[in-house]
Amino acid sequence: MSRAATLGRNIGHAFGENRLTLVAVAILLVLLVCAAFGTALAPYDPLMTDSTAKMSPPSGLHLFGTDALGRDILSRVVVAARLDLGMAISAVVLSFVLGLALGAVAGYFGGWADRIIGRLMDTIMAFPLFVLAMGIVAALGNSVLNIILATMIINLPFYCRFARGEVNVRREMGYVEAARMGGNRALPVLVNHIIPNILPAMMVQASLNMGWAILNAAGLSFIGLGVRPPTPEWGIMVSEGASFIISGEWWTFVFPGAALVLAVFCFNLLGDGLRDLLDPRRRV
Amino acid sequence: MTQPLLDARALTKRYPVGGGKRGAMLHAVDAVDLTIAPGECVGLVGESGCGKSTLVRLLARLIDPTSGNIFLDGADTTAVSQARFVTMPDRARIQVVFQDPSESLNPSFRVFDSIADPLKRLLGVRDRDKLAAQVHRAAELVGLPRELIERYPHQLSGGQRARVGIARAIVVEPSLLILDEPTSALDVSVQAIILRLLADLQARLGMSYLFVSHDLNVVRLLCSRIVVMYLGRVVEVAPTEELFTAPRHPYTRALIASIPDPARRGEARPRLDGSPRSPIDPDPNTCRFYGRCPTGTDRCATAMPELLRFGEGHFAACHFA
Ligand SMILES: Nc1ncnc2c1ncn2[C@@H]1O[C@H](COP(=O)(O)OP(=O)(O)OP(=O)(O)O)[C@@H](O)[C@H]1O
Ligand SMILES: [Mg+2]
Repeated sequence: MSRAATLGRNIGHAFGENRLTLVAVAILLVLLVCAAFGTALAPYDPLMTDSTAKMSPPSGLHLFGTDALGRDILSRVVVAARLDLGMAISAVVLSFVLGLALGAVAGYFGGWADRIIGRLMDTIMAFPLFVLAMGIVAALGNSVLNIILATMIINLPFYCRFARGEVNVRREMGYVEAARMGGNRALPVLVNHIIPNILPAMMVQASLNMGWAILNAAGLSFIGLGVRPPTPEWGIMVSEGASFIISGEWWTFVFPGAALVLAVFCFNLLGDGLRDLLDPRRRV
Repeated sequence: MTQPLLDARALTKRYPVGGGKRGAMLHAVDAVDLTIAPGECVGLVGESGCGKSTLVRLLARLIDPTSGNIFLDGADTTAVSQARFVTMPDRARIQVVFQDPSESLNPSFRVFDSIADPLKRLLGVRDRDKLAAQVHRAAELVGLPRELIERYPHQLSGGQRARVGIARAIVVEPSLLILDEPTSALDVSVQAIILRLLADLQARLGMSYLFVSHDLNVVRLLCSRIVVMYLGRVVEVAPTEELFTAPRHPYTRALIASIPDPARRGEARPRLDGSPRSPIDPDPNTCRFYGRCPTGTDRCATAMPELLRFGEGHFAACHFA
C-alpha cells in the first residue's frame, strides 16, 4: 500500500470519528480563502469611504453594514483575514521552531544548557505576558514585524517547556538507547528518533495556542499598539466599533469580533482533530 | 590461549543517589572482570537488581564506566567516551537485544526503518536496493514474515517485536551479541520459540553471545560458561556442567536449588533467608552475600572474599568455597 493512500485513510479515520473537526476544517478553509484572495473576493475596496452611506446597518447593499466613514465592513473583515492570520501563524511557527529547538537541547543534554535555557524562559514568564508584548512593541515600534516578534517571544516558554519535558522523558527510553547503539549521534537521535514522537503533541499545543496568538496580535492593535488605522484589521475594527456600543450600531464591532471568535474556535477544535490524526499508535 | 574477543577489567559503575545523604553512591556494578572468546556463548545470571542490565550497558558502551576498561580484540574501547564511541567502526561489533522489545522499538518507525537505520548509520549503506535486500535477509533470518516489514511496532505481537529487536541487532553482523533477558517479557510458549531461534542464529552466524537471564535453566541450554552475579559483583564463574554439578558459592547453590524440579517435589529446599544488603555505599570489607548466606561467619563481615580459582575456568568468591 502506498504511503499516500495510508495517509488518506488516516485522515478519513480522524474525521470520521470527530465531526467537529470537519466543521473546524471548513471554517479554516473559509479563513484561508479569505486570506489568500481577500481583495478579489471583497465586494468593495476596504479603504474606500462613502460619505452618503455612513453607519448604514446591514442591508442587501452592505451585508455587514458600514462604519463611521462609510467603509464596507464585510470587505474590511474579509481583507483583514490575511493580516490577522498571517501575524498569528508567523508568530506561532517561529515560537514553535525556536521553542522546540531550545527545549529539545535542554531536555536531551541537561546540565548547563538546561539551566541557561530554563533561566531564560523563567525571565520571560516573570512578566505578565500581554504586558511584556505591549512593552516590546512600544519599545521597538508599531510594525507588523514587531507584533510578530512580541507574540513569538511571549509564546516561546510555552513551547520550550513542553518540548523539554517531552524530550526529557524519552531520553532514557529503550528506543533512544537502541538508536545510539545503531550509530546515531546526539543530533540524529534528537531529530530522527525523538522529535518525530513529540511532534503530534506539539502540533496539538500549537493549534490550541494559535487562537491565543490571534487574540494577542489583535489585542495589541485593539489597544493601539499594533497596526494602525486605516489598515483593515479585526482588533482595530473592534476597537473602533466599541465606541458605538452605547449608541447601538452593533454591526460595527459584532462582525469583526465574530471573525476573531470564529478563528480562535476553529484552531482550538483543530487541535483535537490533529491529535487523532498524528498519533502514531492510531496509524494503520 | 587465544586472545579473547572481549575482555573487561575491574569494570565499575556507581550512581549518585540524591535525597539528603550527599555523596551516597549506589554500586550497581563493582569491579567485574569478564572475558568472552570468539564464538563463545556465556551466560550471566543473578537476581533482579543485581546489575545485569547495567553491566550490559557498560559492555555495549551505552554508558561510561566509573572506572575499569573494556578491550575488544585487544583494543581499549574505553579510551574514548561513550558519545565518541558511537561514531567508531567498533560500534557495529557489539550489539544488544534489549530486555523489553516493546520499549526498545521507536513507535514512529516502521519495522523496515528500525532494521535499516543501523545499516545506514553504522555500515553506511545508502543504496535503496542493497538496503532492502539486507533488511529482508535479516528479517528472514529471524523468521519475520515479509508482510510485517511495513508495519508499526504497535501492530505487532510481543513475539514479533522480539524478532524485530533481534533482526535490528544482527543486521550489522556484530561479533558479540548481548541478549538482556530477551524472553522475559514474552509468553512461555513464545519464549521457547525465541530461544530456539537464538540458538539457531548463533550456530549459523558464529557470533559470541552474552546471554543474560535470571533463569539458570535458560542459560544452561545455550551457554558453555556461566557467570553468576550478586549485588554488582561476580561471585562464581564456571563451565556450565561444572556449575550445576559442583557449585562452589553458596549463592549459586541456592540458585540451583531454587530451580523447580519435579523429581524432588515435596522435599525441603535450602531457602535464602533475610533480605539482600543495600547496594548503596556497601561496606568494602563485608561479603555482599553476608546476612543471607547460610554459612556466613565473622570473617565474612571483616574481609571481602576474592574471586579464586578452583579448577579449569572455575572461579568463586567465597572464604569457604
Ligand atoms: N540510571 C540509573 N541511576 C541510578 N541507579 C540505577 C540506574 N540504573 C540502574 N540503577 C540501579 O542499579 C542496580 C542494578 O540495576 P540493573 O537494571 O542493572 O539490574 P538488573 O540485574 O538488570 O535487574 P532486572 O533483572 O530487574 O532487569 C539497581 O539497584 C538499580 O536501581
Ligand atoms: Mg535488567
